Amino acid sequence: MLLTAIVFLPTLGALTLLLLDRRDEDRLRGVALWVSIAAFLVSVHLWILFERGRSGMQFVERYAWIPVSGITYHLGVDGISLLLVLLTTFLMPLCLLSAWSQITTRVKEFLIAMLLLETAMLGVFVALDLFLFFVFWEAMLIPMYLVIGVWGGPRRIYAAVKFILYTMLGSALMLLAILVLYYLQGRQTGVYTFDYPTIARMTLEPGIQVPLFLAFALAFAIKVPMFPFHTWLPDAHVEAPTAGSVILAGVLLKMGTYGFVRFCLPLFPHASAVFAPAIFVLAVIGILYGAWVSMVQPDLKKLIAYSSVSHLGFVMLGLFALNAQGVQGGILQMVNHGLSTGALFLLVGMIYERRHSRLIADFGGLWAVVPLFSAVFLFVTLSSIGLPGLNGFVGEFLILVGAFQVSRLFAVLGTLGIIFAAVYMLWMYQRVAFGPVRHEESRHLPDLGAREIATLAPILLLILWVGVYPKPFTAVMEASVAELIAVVKAKAGLPIGAWWLP
Amino acid sequence: MPIALPPLSWPVLAPLLIVTGAGFAVLLLDLAPPQNRKGHLAAAGVLGLAGALLASAILWGGPASTFQRMVVLDDFALFLNAVFCLSTALVLLLSVGYVRRQGIEAGEYYILVLFAAVGMMLMASALDLLVIFLGLELMSLSLYVLAGFFRARPTGNESAMKYFLLGAFASGFFLYGIALLYGATGTTNIIQLGAALAAPGAGRDPLILAGLALLLVGFGFKTSAVPFHQWAPDVYQGAPTAVAALIATGSKAAAFAALLRVLVAMRAVQPDWVILLWLMAAVTMTVGNVVALAQSNLKRMLAYSSVAHVGYMFVGLAAGPALGGAAVLYYLLVYSFATVGAFGVILLLERPEPAGEEAVELPEYGGLAARHPVLALVLTICLLSLIGLPPTAGFVGKFYLFSAAIQGGLVWLAVIAVLNSVVAAYYYLRLIVYMYMREPEGEGLRAVLTPAAGLALALAVWATFHLGLMPGAVFALAQRAAAPLLPQ
Repeated sequence: MLLTAIVFLPTLGALTLLLLDRRDEDRLRGVALWVSIAAFLVSVHLWILFERGRSGMQFVERYAWIPVSGITYHLGVDGISLLLVLLTTFLMPLCLLSAWSQITTRVKEFLIAMLLLETAMLGVFVALDLFLFFVFWEAMLIPMYLVIGVWGGPRRIYAAVKFILYTMLGSALMLLAILVLYYLQGRQTGVYTFDYPTIARMTLEPGIQVPLFLAFALAFAIKVPMFPFHTWLPDAHVEAPTAGSVILAGVLLKMGTYGFVRFCLPLFPHASAVFAPAIFVLAVIGILYGAWVSMVQPDLKKLIAYSSVSHLGFVMLGLFALNAQGVQGGILQMVNHGLSTGALFLLVGMIYERRHSRLIADFGGLWAVVPLFSAVFLFVTLSSIGLPGLNGFVGEFLILVGAFQVSRLFAVLGTLGIIFAAVYMLWMYQRVAFGPVRHEESRHLPDLGAREIATLAPILLLILWVGVYPKPFTAVMEASVAELIAVVKAKAGLPIGAWWLP
Repeated sequence: MPIALPPLSWPVLAPLLIVTGAGFAVLLLDLAPPQNRKGHLAAAGVLGLAGALLASAILWGGPASTFQRMVVLDDFALFLNAVFCLSTALVLLLSVGYVRRQGIEAGEYYILVLFAAVGMMLMASALDLLVIFLGLELMSLSLYVLAGFFRARPTGNESAMKYFLLGAFASGFFLYGIALLYGATGTTNIIQLGAALAAPGAGRDPLILAGLALLLVGFGFKTSAVPFHQWAPDVYQGAPTAVAALIATGSKAAAFAALLRVLVAMRAVQPDWVILLWLMAAVTMTVGNVVALAQSNLKRMLAYSSVAHVGYMFVGLAAGPALGGAAVLYYLLVYSFATVGAFGVILLLERPEPAGEEAVELPEYGGLAARHPVLALVLTICLLSLIGLPPTAGFVGKFYLFSAAIQGGLVWLAVIAVLNSVVAAYYYLRLIVYMYMREPEGEGLRAVLTPAAGLALALAVWATFHLGLMPGAVFALAQRAAAPLLPQ
């Protein structure tokens, strides 16, 4: 029942909000915040109870849902999804806090959309039935669409429609692939079911794996987003309100990488091995391209958005290295990116609220005006670059160790991406925080307030924690990752890794 | 010379007779006062439909008895009866305040709606091409008149004329098809036709092929499948919105029901027909969706979108009745609720000037969510169901249709269908964009929500969620309903 509680607590909260008076805005915000904190506490409880060192699913719940079609309500977590559940429930209260003073129109609808979004995202991470997974995957679209389209910036409608059409296009083919799996599974065993563990036990002909892999991978690649499917992301990020950007970068993109881990790799090991080199290439293009494009962005939010393309390229590089270090690094980096980029978007949102501008050229010399803000900003910038001692370093290091065992060239190219990241992030920071104050309006900005500190502090602590002592986070997923790799290697029938790469 | 009357099995006609009785009761009630308010007529009609629904529920699962092998009341007919009763009842509930505001309130309106429903029920129960034709004409003639109820408006006249002339042509084709089949086989009974067609060589008999092709033209018109769809947007636009809802749901469901029965009877030639159905499905959904993209009049947009939905249902037909039958039936139900709901919201919204004029242009819906949050939400839920996003019923409906296509090996058709539903998302979302993301223009719309309409919308929303979240039981019913279609 624990997982159901986590997933549907936010929905319950949304229903409660429905009953409250829309004019009593602080009460609405309070209820939403406490509900999301409750979901976080329950997931911490889950994390404590989680049995480490054991692979396979835990806290499994399984009930018949639509028995006539072999559809079950089947939930469970392993070490991989547990981390993403925690990331989601951790970020949501912070998002709601950040929206406290930023969202002032239609507060009730906004909070309801955010809570429904949380349910859908959590559902994606814990669903163990392909139908159920798809329902959550698609259900996420509408609240996110509204968050961007109703509360976003000037070009919000364009961004929202692009976001929803792009993702629907990706998932459309995935639905067909799920149906094909269902019938193949049924024909092999005579039992028709969408149950994920049952389907994962099936062996598929290499010839059928390739199209199915591609159908799933397109949906996930759009969500990640991998180069060249990334064009929706900068628009969505720039136009979304802060809370939307944080959730988008922090959690939604992880649905794509999680999809690769949970579905593409174990269900289609042969095809994964076949396409691993191609994904390596796209990942490295994403890393370098994202970094270069970030370098020339005049808009802070756009810069961070493109840096996400680069960072998620790293995640993909790690995942498709298909060794313990690479996959662990990839998963850890999903969490790290959620923390660092989430914090960056929060900070940009805070400075935007003060200056109503996100253009780098409009700032300068902030260190002298708002020292606390600038210090936090520096801390997060360094974590995003991957400074040793902070979270980003651990993930990137593991990924590069993993990638190096597969292809030296691509590990080296990936490392170049880290250098570029240092260049664009530090240059950005320098132009924002150092030098003389270039604009009169910037001279009297207030520094971080109590609520803003409360929003940022948990993230900063976690960034430090992962950076200094990542063991609790890697230990949780070790067994699951080891099993995943073992399964893929056993079934691939091909040497894993970048077989045509130097 | 005495004529021996065959024994009649009245229970077979029970639901049909109940609705017919309700129609005549309404006819008589209309003579009694009050003369200026006709709401009670709608209430009587809804009662009759509820009675027919109840009768269908009681008869459900019982042995299917036939009426001289011309009319049958099997689970298939009963399931569709439920679809007709529900969509017609919703239309009646929505009509109550609407026809009065539009100045077209007349007793005939309610009577014709009920008779159209009788025609639909007859079509779904028919085992004989001539009975199908009878039902078709009863339904169509009622709808021709209803489509022209705005007789003072040029668009209303255009609507009725177009519908009637083209419909008469289609009936002609249909009748000619029956004649050719009768000439070739000596029977109009579809079971015997099926047996005759199963004979070797029958599948290549030009007379039979021409007859079947003409039948398909007739059905194509009634279901508004491409290329026989051109009447739909003009008719929908000019007809009273409540009538448009009935044409879009009930009349299509009836034509689909008869089409399913005929196609199953023609199973001998089915493999040759798959490619034709495949093409019809692909072209219908693509043309419907692509043209809907360009519409700014909501009634026209919904007309083209309903063309596209017919295309999706043809995907189920192409998969064959064994695989796609239940999916098509489920989709008809789901689609009826969402479509009646969407039309229902539109007919409740009026321009402030001139009074009573319906708001059907897209830009008028700017900022609707701020002014009428509940109506905007209802419309959004119906649109999401038409897009096919979970957790609404539309998703489950599409899921079963595409599932049937995949199982039937029609992977490319399924790919075309899912890509089409992405295209469709664009124009449905555009309406949501206007409601939620744009500022209102001018004075904004007036909503005239009557209790009856509120009940209808609540029912549509409830069904949309229920069929989306808990589809198991109803889909099992649809599967049982499709069973009589399968070759015994």
